[in-house]
This record gives sequence, C-alpha cells and structure tokens, in this order.
Amino acid sequence: MALEQEEGATGMDEQGKMAIARQFIEAIPHSRALNMVLDEIGEGLAAISMPYDLRLVGDPQTGVIHGGAVSALMDTCCGAAVMSHPGSPAGTATIDLRIDYMRAATPGQRIRARATCHHITRSVAFVRASAHDDNDALPVATATGTFTVQTTGERMA
Amino acid sequence: MSTAPRARPEPVQVVKQRRDAALRALVAGVPYIQFLGIAFDRRGDELTAVLPFDEKLIGNPMLPALHGGVTAAFLETTAIIELSWTLLWDEMEAGRIDSARLDPLHLPRLPKTIDFTVDYLRSGLPRDAYARARVNRSGRRYASVHVEAWQDNRSRLFAQATGHFLMPARDE
Repeated sequence: MALEQEEGATGMDEQGKMAIARQFIEAIPHSRALNMVLDEIGEGLAAISMPYDLRLVGDPQTGVIHGGAVSALMDTCCGAAVMSHPGSPAGTATIDLRIDYMRAATPGQRIRARATCHHITRSVAFVRASAHDDNDALPVATATGTFTVQTTGERMA
Repeated sequence: MSTAPRARPEPVQVVKQRRDAALRALVAGVPYIQFLGIAFDRRGDELTAVLPFDEKLIGNPMLPALHGGVTAAFLETTAIIELSWTLLWDEMEAGRIDSARLDPLHLPRLPKTIDFTVDYLRSGLPRDAYARARVNRSGRRYASVHVEAWQDNRSRLFAQATGHFLMPARDE
C-alpha cells in the first residue's frame, strides 16, 4: 500500500482530520471496490471495516472470505495508521506485512480491522493490527508490518 | 534394443483435457479469484498466475500503483492454487480422481493459510502482473510455499512472499 498526503493536510482539528482521512481512504479504487469504511482515526491509530461480500469468498463450500481480502483490509488499515501518526509522514508504502490467520471469519459478518503505528523512526514505521468479526474475543487475523516514512517532496523510488 | 511392447501413450488431447479440467475446477469455483480477474497459464505441471490490470486494483491513484492488498492477495492465491494443484496432480495422473467430474463443489478440500508474509520490493505498476509459486515443503500436515511476482521483467520482482499452510485432512 502506498499513500501520500495532500499538501497542507497537517495541523487540522480532529473532525477535519477524520473527514480528510475518510475521503482519502474511500477514494482509493481498491478500497472502494471492497466497500471499506474508515471507522476511526487517531494519533497513529486507524480502524477500517468492510462488509461481508459474496464476491470475496475464497472457499465456495463454506462461504468464508478469502484471506487475500483480509490482507487488503489489513494493509489499508496499517497504512492509514502510519499516515495518522503525529510524526506525520507525507507518504508511506508497505515494506513488509505478515499476517497470521487465527480462524475463518464467520460468513455474513462484517470484518473490522484496527491498526496501531507503535513506533516510528525517520525512515521506518512499525505497525501492529488485528481483524475481528462479530466475535470480539478472538481475532480472525493479526498482522505486523513495516512501512516506509516519506518526507514531503519525496516519493518511493 | 528392447522389444517388449510399451503401453501406448495417451492421446495428447485426452491428457490436456484432463489437466485443464482439473485446473479449471480449482480456479473457476473461487469467487474472489474471479473478482480479481486472476487466470492461470499451464505448461505441463507448471503454473503461472496472471493478474490483468484493472482500475479497481489501484491503491494509490496519484502514482498510480497497484494496491498492496491486491499484491498480497495475488501472491496468496497463487500459493494456494499451486499447492492444491500439486496435491491434485498425482491423484489425477494416477487416475484416482476423474477430472471430468470435478466441479467447484466436489473438489478435494483446499489448504488453509496459517501465515503469509509479503515483501514489497517495488511499487506495482498499472499493468499486468505474473506470479509463480514453489512448494518448498509439503508434509502430511504443513506446507511451506514461496511465491515470486513480476511485471515487465522476470528478473525484476516487485514482490515476493512466503506462506505456511495447513494441509486438508485426508479421509483414509
């Protein structure tokens, strides 16, 4: 996932930040194709969810959503968490993302991802995330990732 | 020279039909593979996954670049299909399953992903992408699979991944 911030998008109040971030996430063609919605954005924290969708089924015998779709949700959520960090990178791209699949997501239920950017250096952001369905006690999947930290005017080569 | 008569090899069309039918059953039944538009090229037992570019695969409209999640999904799909295909191949070639009667609802159970780690090496360009997987270990319960994905040049990977999979329970 590669994200970039529009010029002058920093230093906003909370509501403005939420509106910008929501627009931003929901303008990404693939996020829109999966009907992702930004539920929460904080300092280095993001929550994004997507509805159960028959097009995303990975196992036709059970109706369980494909792991790849969960990856897409996790990746977007992790990228959003990096962008919302007070270190305010101008852009970010995934270096590495590992996903552990704990169990199958229950068919018919919304999948909600939550990511925290728990550490950031001048060049690298470290992120943890988890994904849940309606059962809050047991995650469907967890993820750890590292992301690039791009400063203004710099883009990933 | 040996004179013992060898069994006549099967007609090439019969072989192709059997293998293509099995591959089709494996791929066509998964809605998510159809949603992403992934197709598989087969040369003997070697598979190459092809992801034709589409607008809905974009993650960064400004660059533009493929969505990292799409890349992950493409690699994971390639790994699972390769692993399933490897499992299916021996059964199919030994004639233990009738590929003409395989359909998405009567397939052997698919392996389940335990974990999947993607290395993003460069951003995915807005064009077709290709991937090939290699099963590095395939045991009774666990398998380890490595996948490489590229676009214009086979030697310039834009992503690679390693995943571990839980093998389907065998009914014995």
